[in-house]
Amino acid sequence: MADKVLMKGNEAIAEAAILAGCRHYFGYPITPQTEIAAYMAKRMPKIGGTFLQAESEIAAINMVYGVAAAGYRVMTSSSSPGVALKSEGLSYIAGADLPSLVVNVQRGGPGLGGIQPSQSDYFMATRAGGHGDFRMIVLAPASVQEMAELTVKGFSLADQYRMTAMILADGTMGQMMEPVALDSLPVSPMPEKPWATTGTKMQRPHNIVNSLYLSPDELEKTNFARFERYKQIEENEAMYEEYLMEDAEYCIAAFGIAARVSKNAIDEARRRGIRVGMIRPITLWPFPVAPFKKAAGQVKHVISVELSMGQMIEDVRLATECRVPVTLCNRVGGMIPSPEQVLEAILKIADQGGKQ
Amino acid sequence: MTVFKKPHALTDVPMHYCPGCTHGIVHRLVAEVIDELGIEGTTIGIAPVGCSVMAYNYFNCDMIEAAHGRAPAVATGVKRADPSNIVFTYQGDGDLASIGMAETVHAAARNENITVIFINNAIYGMTGGQMAPTSLPGQVTQTSPYGRDVNHCGYPIRVCELLSELEGPEYLARVTVNSVKNVNNAKKAIKKAFQNQVEGKGFSLVEVVSSCPTNWGMTPKQALEWIDEKMLPYYPLGVYKDRSGSQEAQK
Repeated sequence: MADKVLMKGNEAIAEAAILAGCRHYFGYPITPQTEIAAYMAKRMPKIGGTFLQAESEIAAINMVYGVAAAGYRVMTSSSSPGVALKSEGLSYIAGADLPSLVVNVQRGGPGLGGIQPSQSDYFMATRAGGHGDFRMIVLAPASVQEMAELTVKGFSLADQYRMTAMILADGTMGQMMEPVALDSLPVSPMPEKPWATTGTKMQRPHNIVNSLYLSPDELEKTNFARFERYKQIEENEAMYEEYLMEDAEYCIAAFGIAARVSKNAIDEARRRGIRVGMIRPITLWPFPVAPFKKAAGQVKHVISVELSMGQMIEDVRLATECRVPVTLCNRVGGMIPSPEQVLEAILKIADQGGKQ
Repeated sequence: MTVFKKPHALTDVPMHYCPGCTHGIVHRLVAEVIDELGIEGTTIGIAPVGCSVMAYNYFNCDMIEAAHGRAPAVATGVKRADPSNIVFTYQGDGDLASIGMAETVHAAARNENITVIFINNAIYGMTGGQMAPTSLPGQVTQTSPYGRDVNHCGYPIRVCELLSELEGPEYLARVTVNSVKNVNNAKKAIKKAFQNQVEGKGFSLVEVVSSCPTNWGMTPKQALEWIDEKMLPYYPLGVYKDRSGSQEAQK
């Protein structure tokens, strides 16, 4: 059996990245994710890796761009306002088809906001990572173990599809401690990267890493080709967990900490005889459309539990094709919905027989 | 007998630069140095945003196109990923001294072992002639149509002097390419800036005072003369820092 160690979520991400073969980390201090930088600062020099505190988030993501172009596994991490600063680099990374891993341990916003947990960067991660048409694979852990597993998975998806994989966690996930098994993580070897700028060694034509195409038909072609890849990802990489959905009449949609809270509420509602279940998206992009589509023909109502003013709810509505009512149960600004609040929302909906 | 040939480190792609622009000269000098040091196979160049954005098509070594101003950060990543490679950035004044000033200063402060070729022609060329951080007081540009008013938008930045206050950088020199003699001196400085990196000495920046006849509204000849008359009095040529050189002098 795997040995477990007690770790903070942020530390689990850092150690998992090292296990995944990442030897280059660039970052800038920001709460609540700075433990990742601190961990890397300690570990990287001892294993021949690079930890560098960049002068800004912008510099950090561009250092990531450089290492990714050179063909190595690389990451940066930040929290909401810092990730916004990285959006320029994220777009260039997408345009140049480079693999990278970016962690966003979300805090409340907008603006400087606060330092308590939030999920209000869902749109930024799944819709607006930067300028131009591009996607990022967005992974949403709901435990410290998943922080580690999805980090490892993120590196291999990033390499496989030559794009950014983003871990979209929140302050709770980053700060909380849980036992983690690190010795059984599904680490994948890094694939060959014949496109990388490693130096020609005078043995091949020069490689160019670039996102500039002044001819519009050429630029259009790169966009179409990229979205063909995105289509494969949508078909093959959606991940989710279902909880007590088999006989459910009501469905909770929640990810990350909101899903953990909702589980408690669901258990209590079940004790009171209400058949409620949950679909927990693990990938936010690609969004797990199939289970929601199925649920739309089965349940009377979906409640989207979020630490935002209602962002994932749009994807839930799209996936259920507006065939069932979807309502929001939320707290924002660094507040977390309590199991009682979620239970109350379930009881209210059940009381109305699922009607809005 | 061959008396003149294209350096191997340059490709056969025709350059897009305007007549009289000095980018072509500087590209050639960089390529000659790469040839002479025998480093083409291990060199990775970083192109900026600006007139030389498509430098990636002109150099035969591996090339990366960076976001505006971010070349020193990208170069930092490339160099840290494999320190045995030779990494250079090629940047204009808007790229290096305006939007990318933080990246420039911090790469210098870290003494990042990279080579920076900095083209200072006191104007934004690619976007059609706007005021640059290095545009001279009184200089007429599209965005300073009445001449650069220092009371309104401040003074041009002398990059070599500014960076020379830092402990970090190894080598800072300002050259120009408006005469045969100056071209020869420019090549010596560029070669030293690459040689320093080969020897692991650290951040080496060569500022090349350059011309932009198109956006200065001059003939190529007038533009080269304007360098002598207007640019060099504000941007004096010389070596602003040479850490190992001065250490040798102390011995």
